[in-house]
Amino acid sequence: MIIPGRSQKQGTSLNAGKLGEEYLEVTSTAELNQDDMKRLGLEDGDRIRLRTTTGESVVRCKGRKPEDLPAGMIFLPYGPSSSQLMASDTAGSGMPISKNFEVEVEVL
Amino acid sequence: MGDNIKIIENATCTFCGCVCDDMHLTVDLDEKKITKAKNACVLGRAWFAQHGIPDYPQATIGGKEASVEDAVEEAAQILAEAKFPIIYGLSDTTCEAQRHAVAIADLIHGCIDTTTSVCHGPSGIAFQGVGESTATLGEVKNRADFIMYWGGNPAESHPRHFTRYAVTTKGLYTPNGKKDRTVVLVDVRKTPSAPVADIFLSVKPGRDFELAWALRALVKGRKLDPSIEQVTGVSLATLEDLVDRMKNCRYGVLFFGMGLTMTRGRHFNSGAVLALTTDLNEFTHFVAKPVRGHGNVTGADNVLSWQTGYPFGVNFSRGFPRFNPGEFTTVDTLARGDADAALIIASDPASNFPRKAIEHLGAIPVIALDTKQTQTTNLARVAFITATYGINTAGTVYRMDDVPITLRKAFDSPYPTDEEILTAIRRRVQALCGGPAVPLRKVS
Repeated sequence: MIIPGRSQKQGTSLNAGKLGEEYLEVTSTAELNQDDMKRLGLEDGDRIRLRTTTGESVVRCKGRKPEDLPAGMIFLPYGPSSSQLMASDTAGSGMPISKNFEVEVEVL
Repeated sequence: MGDNIKIIENATCTFCGCVCDDMHLTVDLDEKKITKAKNACVLGRAWFAQHGIPDYPQATIGGKEASVEDAVEEAAQILAEAKFPIIYGLSDTTCEAQRHAVAIADLIHGCIDTTTSVCHGPSGIAFQGVGESTATLGEVKNRADFIMYWGGNPAESHPRHFTRYAVTTKGLYTPNGKKDRTVVLVDVRKTPSAPVADIFLSVKPGRDFELAWALRALVKGRKLDPSIEQVTGVSLATLEDLVDRMKNCRYGVLFFGMGLTMTRGRHFNSGAVLALTTDLNEFTHFVAKPVRGHGNVTGADNVLSWQTGYPFGVNFSRGFPRFNPGEFTTVDTLARGDADAALIIASDPASNFPRKAIEHLGAIPVIALDTKQTQTTNLARVAFITATYGINTAGTVYRMDDVPITLRKAFDSPYPTDEEILTAIRRRVQALCGGPAVPLRKVS
């Protein structure tokens, strides 16, 4: 389950420019539950591929304490990487499902 | 720092929907940059520091530098010739610019939609269905003793929401600030906003509607089975305690974010918390407000509503405005392949939209206005770099509680304003489409 959302670094770096290195780095760093990372043999900075039926993104991962981020949940700051994963169907609302959708994680 | 320094008091930060109007800016007029922004939060400081004068051409056509006049002509021709043109964005520009975008949509019989459709659009739909018990942030500051944030993370997205409007700030009937308030946070993860909360409810992902409905049942005095914990992730005892606090507060506020609108359920989630708020008014004073993201997204809702009767997702193809989310909203018109030209103002859908919508955006002629180069300006047939609102231009914006705020210009920009470019496109489109000659306000 992935939750794209705002983060402070995403907010400050977009002011410098959405094509800037910092923004692109921030928006392609996913936060994972530390226990999940351990189970998958991942360490901070390792690359993973996130895949949905719509598309895929390669991001780096960063651990969060289990009490802050439940197992099975991934947080990714909004940006080009999260957009690739979103389906365009809005169910007649105008709003694509942009949070709380399932992704497959592949360790690279 | 040069010698030519100007101090601007009570300037406004337009980075987020808080639109804090107590900025004290130190401006280096020689360097054309803001060197200090007193009172600004971390996001506001970045906003002011990073908006100097960029080194981009004012306009490009097909990626090549062009005069503004030629770019306006090219843009007008594209819009006038299109069969299904769309206009999108508008949440980071002034109301004065937004009204010209509506006029252009009317002239070209196109769609006009704002970033609201991928933000609190579902809440807009819910307002129409359920209604809104509302308040200004000034009332919240002075009166509210119960604050609930649901599906939002203001500590990172609206850092001064706590300190200026709702949590730690001291008001007329809340002289002790945080000590006079109970603060509740509902989220699927423990965000950096959690430390401010007295009560944190960890709701199961996708179960916000069920949680709101359970609270409604308890507010109405119905009995619930303890198995509600398996459904929502929150124990019955916690829910009963929360309802007791909600019913017995003096003035309650429910701020809700995109954790409700962007997830399964969308407008039903927003509608559920609005209905909960209505229910609570049988016992006490309770209001609900969406926490809005961009600096003038609320203004975009207001301007579209004044001029078309609807807040977003509006279509003029029949010569009069029609509202239909899902049909006239931008993700849909792009993903379905309906749109054959797009005017994008102060927004970057090429970065933020679903892939299918971005692919279509890349296949049609796009006109983009932005203060910086973005994925959208890069793919645009015609791109304008414009002055930054609230830094290089004055004008009007609406705070997230629908209060209009006047902007103060910090320093001049060599770039045209959104209002100037849109006025010029409107004039030319009017001539090409033979629309009614509407007198245009002179742009200073």
